[in-house]
Amino acid sequence: MSFWNDPLKVAADWLMGIFTGWGMPEIAAQILIGFLGIFVLIALLMLLDIFLVWVERKVVSRFQDRIGPNRVGPFGLIQPFADIIKLLIKEDTTPGGADRVVYNVAPMLSMMSVLILWAVVPLAPTILGVDLNIGALYIIAAGAIGTLSIIMAGWSSNNKFALIGAFRQVAVMVSFEVPMLTMLLIPTIFAGSMGMSTIIEKQNIWFVLFSPLGALIFLIAAIAELGRAPFDMAEGESELVSGYNIEYSGMKFGMFYAGELLHAFTFGGFWSILFFGGYRFFGLEQVNPVLAIAVIVFKAFVGYWIIMWVKYTLLRIRIDHMLAFNWKFLTPVAFTLLMVTALMNALLAGSPDWLRVAVMFLSNVVLAWIALEIARSHSRKEREKVEGVKQVVEAAHH
Amino acid sequence: MVPLSWYLIFAAALFSIGLFGVLSRRNAVAILLGIELMLNSVNINLVAFWRYGNTANMMGQVFAIIVFAVAAAEVAVGLALVISVYRRRNTVVADEIDMMKW
Amino acid sequence: MTGEQITFLVVALFTLGSGFMVVTTGNLVHAALWLVSTLFGVAVTYAVLDAAFLAVVQVVVYIGAIAILFIFAVMLTRKDMRDQGPQMNKNWWFGALLSVSTFGGLYFLLQGWSGLSKTAAAIPSGFDAVAELGNALVSPTAYVLPFEVASVLLVAALVGAVYVAFNRK
Repeated sequence: MSFWNDPLKVAADWLMGIFTGWGMPEIAAQILIGFLGIFVLIALLMLLDIFLVWVERKVVSRFQDRIGPNRVGPFGLIQPFADIIKLLIKEDTTPGGADRVVYNVAPMLSMMSVLILWAVVPLAPTILGVDLNIGALYIIAAGAIGTLSIIMAGWSSNNKFALIGAFRQVAVMVSFEVPMLTMLLIPTIFAGSMGMSTIIEKQNIWFVLFSPLGALIFLIAAIAELGRAPFDMAEGESELVSGYNIEYSGMKFGMFYAGELLHAFTFGGFWSILFFGGYRFFGLEQVNPVLAIAVIVFKAFVGYWIIMWVKYTLLRIRIDHMLAFNWKFLTPVAFTLLMVTALMNALLAGSPDWLRVAVMFLSNVVLAWIALEIARSHSRKEREKVEGVKQVVEAAHH
Repeated sequence: MVPLSWYLIFAAALFSIGLFGVLSRRNAVAILLGIELMLNSVNINLVAFWRYGNTANMMGQVFAIIVFAVAAAEVAVGLALVISVYRRRNTVVADEIDMMKW
Repeated sequence: MTGEQITFLVVALFTLGSGFMVVTTGNLVHAALWLVSTLFGVAVTYAVLDAAFLAVVQVVVYIGAIAILFIFAVMLTRKDMRDQGPQMNKNWWFGALLSVSTFGGLYFLLQGWSGLSKTAAAIPSGFDAVAELGNALVSPTAYVLPFEVASVLLVAALVGAVYVAFNRK
């Protein structure tokens, strides 16, 4: 096999030859090659992360009708490097009454929970970290570690606002895991397995056409998991003085910030893998792994663009509205959608493709319409209650 | 090759540590922490027996999943009770919660 | 000492050390965080035992929910941000004696069992533990009844916990 068909195996064999030639026992060479692979992946991800800082600042500036950084380098491309240097040379403070070990470990855990997600992302048919057959559940597990890091950061800062911000953020993250997990089951039903590469292999027709409501609910839950607007009550600068990362300065804040951007990009990637076909593009990925990587990175950027678009357009939602939205609207709709999808999938098992797509798409639209009608009737009743009170007050005034 | 005895001794040691936590801690929440350790040691035992026995018989893993569910339910209700007691008596030290309503 | 044995020893020592720190540290939030590392060690043990699904579910359920519940409960039940005095009650030596004798008793019992030095048989290839587990949980000849009972238990616990902890103003 040539290098372009299966780059990872060729590189691993070549390195193994070199290491055993130096007299290393085979198992130690295998472990070392594994570590080298992880190191290369993390280095590339950090490079991508720096690029994402530039993308974020340029995009937010265009949304706000201004130009954004354009002084440092052409189109401001060297701006993130300047930011990183500034963060690195800042004084590394620890607040007075803070719990030192927990305070310093929290940003590391936060970054770790994002980096370990990339172990299950298939970049090409032959380039992936590990082909876990429970990849979808692994995403939730990595999110659990991220949740833990936030509460560690909030508590160890010895600061009331940090603690309140951390509590709110953790409540939101734990709540929105339920619809996200339920929506992860929908590609699992269609593909018959939770493994990421199997889900991509089975997407001859993109799963978003089978279940657009599922893709939408997954996107909403993912934005809440990320802690980005409109769900960023925990770290809104105007409400809570940036929540759990108040007391963090310098590179520790940099890890939180860069970790959040990389997390958003990663979830854009997962959204495209689960619902938009991943690295598949009408057979392009069979030609060359580099094309497959290009396809998946492009789709992840489209997903990231949509997440940024939502962030810079919508207003922040209050914490009790957020939780009510999750438990009273999103979770019942998610469960109903799961049941309808499972039922329809079983009923339509042998039918031709166009029939399955049409029926499932229609059932999703009908379910969304019913959910919106129920929500609308509730809000109509609320409004009539408030209007009724207003009319009584006005009548009493006259 | 790891013999089965190592896993069983590991689980027994974890169980004893949890037992020590339950018997010697003052704080009610710390007692619940010890109970969690004991439940985890039981799970390790079950999964080790599944692996070293007939892996086609999924009873070990099913039992472990039921223990997950039971542990989660027990922690939820236990901590709700501890918080409720804290609201009334303003203490969570197990020795001081020793009088019924009078 | 094969690689597997070294792996198991490292994981077991890490888990037991974290467990010991859970029950001896004075600061309760630290105890909850040591519990997180113990639970993570147990998850790694499941992965070593080829029960990958259980390992991930352990992280999601225990670390992602139960440990966070513990941290919240510890933070909600302290009178101020400082620690509250000695953490061991006055009969801790008896508890230590009892736990050491429990461990000794279990060890002694295990010695009398013949199947102790059994080594693990290789798992047949093509065996998908996740699919088999899924089948076992919903098939009428297997374990669907405990599965349904567990779901009823969880609903009862959910309703009970909300009712007990509800703050009636």
